[in-house]
Amino acid sequence: MTDATHLPEAAEATETTAPTAAAEATGTLEYAYAVVREADIPRTALEPVRGVAGEPVRAVRHLGLAVLAGPVPAADFDAEPLRARLEDLAWLEGVARAHQRVVDTAGADTCVIPVRMATVCRGEDGLRRMLATGRDRFTAALDRLEGRVEWGVKVYAASAPAEEPPAEPSAAASGRDYLRRRSAQRRASEQRWEHTEEGARRVHETLTALAEGARLHPPQDVRLSGEAARNVLNAAYLVPGEDSEVFAERVGELAGRESGLRLELTGPWAPYSFVAAEGNERAEP
Amino acid sequence: MTTSPLAHRQIALVDLLDRLLAGGVVITGDVTLRIADVDLVRIDLRALISSVNENVPSPWDGWEEP
Repeated sequence: MTDATHLPEAAEATETTAPTAAAEATGTLEYAYAVVREADIPRTALEPVRGVAGEPVRAVRHLGLAVLAGPVPAADFDAEPLRARLEDLAWLEGVARAHQRVVDTAGADTCVIPVRMATVCRGEDGLRRMLATGRDRFTAALDRLEGRVEWGVKVYAASAPAEEPPAEPSAAASGRDYLRRRSAQRRASEQRWEHTEEGARRVHETLTALAEGARLHPPQDVRLSGEAARNVLNAAYLVPGEDSEVFAERVGELAGRESGLRLELTGPWAPYSFVAAEGNERAEP
Repeated sequence: MTTSPLAHRQIALVDLLDRLLAGGVVITGDVTLRIADVDLVRIDLRALISSVNENVPSPWDGWEEP
């Protein structure tokens, strides 16, 4: 089948953006969200969901696969304007959240392969070509990720004990005392840091053993996350859906056991971090 | 010492961008689509993000290749 299938609401509620007309207009830009098996196209879940440009999202089928996509205005999403728009962090956030909403909604009942954010094709032909050229990769990823979810675990160094108030420079405190004290402080700080890194390593090893896959993201920058504490581990783990509860419990146990660390669990996510083929993951520990 | 599952909370943008910008299937690497150059446009967001604030070094530098 190579025809486009429009979800009912997309077809009826948006006469002004008549999907058939959009399909014929070769210049139409289509924003791609995720790839699913043709048999797993969500029937109704996406009807109330709107995409990155407020547009309805539908499935375009080809070769047993389907890509969830929506038409987006060239004024915002063609290469040049998009480049400019993405420099606007508020606009970027809107796109990111809409993208995730579509992926999450579709992924609630079925296996989805998320597409990298800001992937824009020319027309439905472009979407179908994307499915054709990526067919083997998509199929392999769907087989591998069926029934799996991604959990995010971040480890932060618990805040350091308050610095000792600098002793009043008294007549009794010699320069040698001062240097000795400074050096002791430095040693304590180094030890704390080693302790934190060892703890993070233990957390990662324990969770990796429980998971089918693990991937490290770079630690988050304090200035972006707004977290006061230093992020020492920013990892994603691929876990069979039915093992999620056990995994989350284990994270809780680790959090209780590792003094000096703070753990944060996020998820379940669609398997964003695991769509690349095994052995091709970019950040193995 | 605590865990804070985000199941029903607003997801932090920084966590979302970790996944949306570094995860997901990348289509550009595909030879066929690269030949059909106008067929597909994918924007490299990393450079743009870092330009949001020149004082913030891009945390995404060096993600693509180990």
